Parts: sequence; structure tokens; C-alpha cells
Amino acid sequence: MNWSKYSAPLAFYPLAGKMVPWFSVVAALIIAVGLYIGLLVAPTDFQQGDSYRIIFVHVPAAWMSMFLYVVMAIWAGIGMGLKARLSFMMAQAIAPTGAMFTFLALLTGAMWGKPTWGAWWVWDARLTSELILLFQYAGVMLLRTSIDDLRRADRASGVFALVGVVNIPIIYFSVKWWNTLHQGASVSMTAAPKMATIMLTAMLLMTFGFWMYSIAVILTRVRCVILERESMPAWSNPSTAPEVAEAR
Amino acid sequence: MTRPSLWEALRGVVRRDLLLAMRRRSDVVMSVFFLVIVASLFPLGVGPEPAVLRTIGAGVLWVAALLACLLSLGRVFTADYLDGVLEQMVLIAQPLPVLVVGKVFAHWIVSGLPIVLLSPLLGLQFGLDGEALGVLVLSLLLGTPSLSMIGAIGAALVLGVRGSGLLVALLVLPLYVPVLIFGAGAVTSSMAGIGGEANLSLLGACLVLSLFFSPWATAAALRIALE
Amino acid sequence: MLQTVALSCLRGDRRLFSGLNVTVQPGTLLAVVGENGSGKTSLLRMLSSLLSPEDGAILWHGQDIREQREQYCAQLTYIGHLNGIKDDLSAMENLTLSASLAGDHCDGPAAHAALEAVGLRAQTHQLPTKVLSQGQKRRVALARLWLSARPLWLLDEPFTSLDTAATGLVTEQLHAHLKRGGIAVVVTHQEVGLPSSIVQRLRMNG
Repeated sequence: MNWSKYSAPLAFYPLAGKMVPWFSVVAALIIAVGLYIGLLVAPTDFQQGDSYRIIFVHVPAAWMSMFLYVVMAIWAGIGMGLKARLSFMMAQAIAPTGAMFTFLALLTGAMWGKPTWGAWWVWDARLTSELILLFQYAGVMLLRTSIDDLRRADRASGVFALVGVVNIPIIYFSVKWWNTLHQGASVSMTAAPKMATIMLTAMLLMTFGFWMYSIAVILTRVRCVILERESMPAWSNPSTAPEVAEAR
Repeated sequence: MTRPSLWEALRGVVRRDLLLAMRRRSDVVMSVFFLVIVASLFPLGVGPEPAVLRTIGAGVLWVAALLACLLSLGRVFTADYLDGVLEQMVLIAQPLPVLVVGKVFAHWIVSGLPIVLLSPLLGLQFGLDGEALGVLVLSLLLGTPSLSMIGAIGAALVLGVRGSGLLVALLVLPLYVPVLIFGAGAVTSSMAGIGGEANLSLLGACLVLSLFFSPWATAAALRIALE
Repeated sequence: MLQTVALSCLRGDRRLFSGLNVTVQPGTLLAVVGENGSGKTSLLRMLSSLLSPEDGAILWHGQDIREQREQYCAQLTYIGHLNGIKDDLSAMENLTLSASLAGDHCDGPAAHAALEAVGLRAQTHQLPTKVLSQGQKRRVALARLWLSARPLWLLDEPFTSLDTAATGLVTEQLHAHLKRGGIAVVVTHQEVGLPSSIVQRLRMNG
């Protein structure tokens, strides 16, 4: 099958449309199963009671937020390397979903922190890294909306996404370092309850479900982006070539 | 026509910017005053109790230095972009990342070095003693060039964009966090008796990394901005 | 020899030109004319490698400029809308710094000579350029043409703000450049006072 014909945005549009329902259904099913196992089937933790169950949303959301950033950076890199418009559109479509998962991770982190440690926010390594990741997503999106010229917006936010991707492991390392520096004051959310197999299964299911959901949403969004950007008059009627008057 | 050597081109870029800075000495002074003002705001906000100030001193001074660097980023490329000197620089037949290093170096001399030199005085205001002061100066000496190099990426990305002042802060601050952690951490560990070497070496690593990678990103961003 | 092959330009939503094929031989000046917004400046910036084309290629001596960017840049002098001079520096400093950065030989006497040749009196050479008039600043920017031995000159509306005398001086310098076998691409609203045998016109429709 010749995939390269789908690299034109207008050709990709119907393909994406056909894929969305499949991914949506799979996502709904898997998330439902994951939540069922996580909320109802998995045993109550003897230390944290039932409030720990938020982990089944918190951890998968955090994983997705980082994974999506990397994917976004890869699409941006492909766009810059191959000068492919569709790649940039994919990167543009991924950012809001990634930011949403980051926010979800932060929110569920706060919801977990309150009953467990009595505080709505704890400066642990993962939460702090997620917060900075949220800033990076915001930077990518705001950079794009602040620049009027589409081509420049694509490439500038692409450069920033790539720079940010290099920053993610550095941030993670430095925040963990910072945590150990200021020991005693910190609590760790990574000290989650011992994972029974069933809990791990639920988390993996939720992660996979979130992944399917992301694909469905991103494909839907990229279709909107294609519509927005490809309905330019330049693409339907090329202007006449300029005339050249030769010197006599 | 002769092509200049890379070293000559680099020297030329640095010379021009330093010459300009000497004509507008107020730029140097502004960075310094900003640092002093911000550092003074914290005791005003937190209270003058020496023990508290001693605890927060390293962090406060580092954040103030970081913000001063951030504010100075508008001066790296914007003026050159507006008067056409930047596009001439991009057209020089030399690798642009090297010329970028020259520009950022000149910028650091004007905006970063004064911060390093002034820091001991401010450290005293926060009750930091001899060894901690030394570590503070060293950490800023290693850290502020990284901040300039990383900041240049942001400055180049937002050239000519409206609202660029706030936007560049949003772009650059997440990138500044590791340098802040290691920099303030060096002083804090030194005060805690653990010694600041580990953090200082990490700062050194950040400097080497930013020296090698950020010029490429900055050069790419400059070309994008000039299209 | 400078050539464009199927060159096409997209700015924002508008396609300014497409399928542009132009060949400029040594000793010829290509005058690019057209209405505002027809893509003249974009074409010049593409020729200078500052702007990458949407489609098509630009060939210098038969080779794509993207494959030889640094060597290509070493052979051109580009003077755009912006003067490329720093207000706080004097005309002398501006000229010596930018010329030597670019690689054109420039010492004190050569710079003075260039500034005189473009019509700036000696007294103005050491003044900071912010006190000069628009026309004088444009002359400082154009003085580089007297120092440049490069084969390709790309000028965007060089005669703006210049009076008749200065326009004449610049035109003469262009003529000398063409006689040496150089190529010039000039975006201009006015007729270039050169013999039509060496002037090729390109009208952009936009």
C-alpha cells in the first residue's frame, strides 16, 4: 500500500475520518474495563484506603503527557526535516491533548495528596516535573498562536518542542536531585502502594485506553486543522506567472 | 575578495556589540539595579529576621539573577533585527552558530558578568558568610553564561512577535529550572556543610551542554525569524 | 550566471508567484518591477538565501544555492530595505565593521574613500549615524558597494531617500560592476539609468 499519498493533508483527511470511530470505541471499552478493575475489583490498600485509587488515572495521565510531548516533538522534527505540512499539523493537533493530560495528572495529584498527606499540593518530583511540562506545552501553544505567519509559527513551535524534549529528562533528573537535596520536607508520590498484579493490569489498561482516546481526539482535531488551513484560495487558483521582458 | 577567518568574524561580532554597549552604558547599570531591587524586595516581603534570610538567601539571589537575565534577553537580537544588522550577520559566509556564540558572549559580558561581580555584596545582605559567598560567585559565574545561551533561543524565537516580553519568559523559564536548582543547590549544600562541588560540576555540565547545543537551536530560530 | 527554476513563493495565504523561470547572464542587471505586494522583496530575499522558496530552485553557476550556502553567501552583497547600520556607531565604524565582518577588505582610507564616493562629506564620517538624515543613512548603507568585489549584488530599492546626485553615483557604480562581469538584481520603482542592452526587466504581477 502506498502510504506516501496520504502525506498530502487533503488525502489524509478522509483516512483520518475513517479511523476515528474505531479508536473511539476501543478507547471507551478499554477505559471502562480499566476503571472497573481499578475502582471496583482491585483490593483496598491497607495503608491508604480507597483514596489511592486515583492513581489509576494519575499515573497513566502523567505517562501520556510525557509520551505525547515526545510524539509531538517527533512530528515537528519530521515536518522540519521533510518540509511536510501535515507533520506540522499533527504536532499542532497533539499539543492540546498533551496539555490536557498534564493538567489531569496535576489535578488528580492534588486530589490524591489531600486525603493522603493533608495538602492540596506537594512538591514531589513527579508533580513538579509535570508542572514544568505544563509550562512547556503552554509555551508551544502560545508561541504558535502569537505568530501570525503560519509557516513561521509551525517552525518556531517546532524548534521549541524539540528543545523542550531535550529538557524533559534534564528536568526530571534535576527535580529528583532537588528533592534529595531538601530531604525531610518532601513527600513522594512515587512511593505508591505495593503493586499487586491486578493494580498493575488496571494501570496498563488505563494507559492503553488513554492512548486510544488520544489518537481518536488528535485525529479529529487534525481534521479540523486541515480544514482550517487548507481552505486557502492559494491552493485552488495559482496566480499567473510573471512576464519577463527580455533586454533588447 | 577574501573571506575572513572564523576567528576574525567571531572577534568582529563581539567587538561591535561591546563597542555599542560602551556607547550605551545605561544597559549595564540597569541589569545591576534590577538585581539589587529584586533582592531587596524579599526581605521587605518576608521580614528581616536574619535566620530566615540566611535560609532563603541562596534561592532569592539565584531567582533574582535569573530574572535579571530574563529581562535582558530583549537586548540580544531585537535591535539588530529591527535595523537590518541581523540579516547581514546571517548572510556572513561563516557558520551562524559560531557567530551566535559571539553575540551571546558579548551579551553576557554586559548583562551577566555584572551580576556575578555584584553578588558577594548582595550575599552579605542575606547573611551569607565567606565560603558560601565564594560558592555563590562561582555558581553564578558558571550559571549565568548558561542562562544567556539558553535564553538566546527564546529571544530568537520571539523576534518581532507581539507580546514577546511575556512570551519569552514563558518559553525560557522551564528551560532555566535545572540551572536554578543546581546553582542555588550549590550554595545551600555548601552552607549545610555537604560542600557545593557536586552541584557546581552539574552546573559545569549544563554550561558545556548549552554551549554545544543552544547555538544550533538559536541559529535555526534566527533563520526562521528572518524569513 | 544566476538562474531560477520554477520558483514559487507563498506568503501567509497568498501565492505571490509560481513557476518563475529567469536567467541572468554576467554583465546584466535584472530590474524587478511591479506593484506593492507583488513579491519583489520576497524574490530578492529568496535570491539572497534568507527566504526559502515554497517550490523550485535557484541556481548559481548551475548549482543549487541550498547545496552551497556558505560559498554562495560569500559571493553576494545584499542590501535590503533596512540599512543594516547601527545608530550609535559612526559611519566609519559601521562601514569598517560590517565590511570586514562580511569579508570585504576595508581599512580606514578605503572606508573614507567609499563614503566620499557615495557623496558623504568627510565631516560626517565620524558622526554617530543617528544624527544623519534618511538619505545620508542610505548612502552609508550603500557605501559597501564601493568595497565589494563580489560578483552578485542584490539591492532592494536602493534609490529610496536618495537625491538625484546620489542616485547618479550609485548607478555609475552599478555600471562599473556590470562592466567587470558582475550581476545585479535590483528591485526598483524607477527606471535605472543604464543602457537597455545590459538591463533585463522582470515585471511581477502578484
